[in-house]
Amino acid sequence: MNISLDFSFYNWDLISNFVLKGLYFSLMLTVVATVGGVLFGTVLALMRLSGKKWLGVPATIYVNGMRSIPLVMVILWFFLLVPAIIGRPIGAEVSAVVTFIAFEAAYFSEIMRAGIQSIPRGQVFAGQAVGMTYGQNMRYVILPQAFRNMLPVLLTQTIILFQDTSLVYAIGAYDMLKGFEVAGKNFGRPIEAYLAAAVLYFIMCYALSWMVKRLHQKIAIIR
Amino acid sequence: MSWDWQVFCEDTMERQVVQGCFGKGGDITYLDWMLSAWGWTVSVSLLALLLALLLGSFVGTLRTLEGRPMVVRLGNIWVELFRNIPLLVQIFLWYHVVPTIFPAMKGVPGFVLVVLALGFFTSARIAEQVRSGIQALPRGQRYAGMAMGFTTFQTYRYVLLPMAFRIIIPPLTSETMNIFKNSSVAFAVSVAELTMFAMQAQEETARGIEVYLAVTACYIVSAFAINRIMAFIEKRARVPGLIVAGGTGGH
Repeated sequence: MNISLDFSFYNWDLISNFVLKGLYFSLMLTVVATVGGVLFGTVLALMRLSGKKWLGVPATIYVNGMRSIPLVMVILWFFLLVPAIIGRPIGAEVSAVVTFIAFEAAYFSEIMRAGIQSIPRGQVFAGQAVGMTYGQNMRYVILPQAFRNMLPVLLTQTIILFQDTSLVYAIGAYDMLKGFEVAGKNFGRPIEAYLAAAVLYFIMCYALSWMVKRLHQKIAIIR
Repeated sequence: MSWDWQVFCEDTMERQVVQGCFGKGGDITYLDWMLSAWGWTVSVSLLALLLALLLGSFVGTLRTLEGRPMVVRLGNIWVELFRNIPLLVQIFLWYHVVPTIFPAMKGVPGFVLVVLALGFFTSARIAEQVRSGIQALPRGQRYAGMAMGFTTFQTYRYVLLPMAFRIIIPPLTSETMNIFKNSSVAFAVSVAELTMFAMQAQEETARGIEVYLAVTACYIVSAFAINRIMAFIEKRARVPGLIVAGGTGGH
């Protein structure tokens, strides 16, 4: 064993200069991709459950396609394609946001589909019996219950999403990991930087998954 | 926009189209390069899967031992540790940090370090599946083993594990597919696998769409092949009426 680690270069200036900027982007990406992914994912799930072929088949192809490709490849694809489609170059950060919404929607849609299917058929019939339209039935009866059933799984997926934001490394976007890496390079202390990054990721993800576990128990009691 | 699939027949050095698409002598074409990259992806994934299955089964079993709270806690720490740090960060730890702290690890090729990183990362997820598989069995199974006079080891070896493994085949299928997808993260430490090939060939040829399409096709073919192989195994091994819900989450 040969350890001579020196964390003394971590002071508030360094953290606010390098790490906070990246942490802010990682969190922003997580939140935006979760909200966008859940919305788009719900649409995909409803398309697949609609029973209409022209809606269901494209959604199925989209979801299964996204789920069989590595996220890194999807990140590279969007970084290549989005500028070609809109006709002007975009930053790695914008590209990352678009990618994560499109990619996570496929995973969220599977969660939503399972959530919607977990609602007993009687609920649908009850909504129809009181004269609700499809939209009203979804909005007031099915989706509120489905969201509640699926909340722990959705949040767990969000923690995975937060970990996955580190993969924007592939296109050089400035996230939390990048912040630590740049700090480590500038101060000639890469080892300490990677260790600190691992510790911070661990603390955040562990705390979040602990909270999800608590929430899960709470919801389970109510039901 | 026009396609140019000829790019795969080009020599990687002189960028001349080679007859027959495969390089001769010491030269390689982009097609040769891609197939070798596919080979690296498959090797990294299969070796990591082997490591993850061994470690994951061991840790998962430890977490179900009765009357051994310390062992169970150690198993839980293992799972939480490898589950709550992003894979990319873990790969950097293995690649940059471990060789510095343990000089014996210096000179170990990057390929091996990536297999270790991916194997340990996935072992935590497999440990979770193995634990839920064992706990899904009726408690009577364990008691039956004890009543027969089996030791704890024999109870696991002959009663619990054979059943547990058969009912967790569906989640193991998704973990196997995940490991192939996760092997793409090895690009970050320059292992010559498919994603690394995609990035470099895109830069050299400026034919990004063709290169990415071909690489994506390789990944989809791999995923489909695993899916079929595991479906065959599942058909042979499944226990009627006992099945654990497929694992959710993970990419």
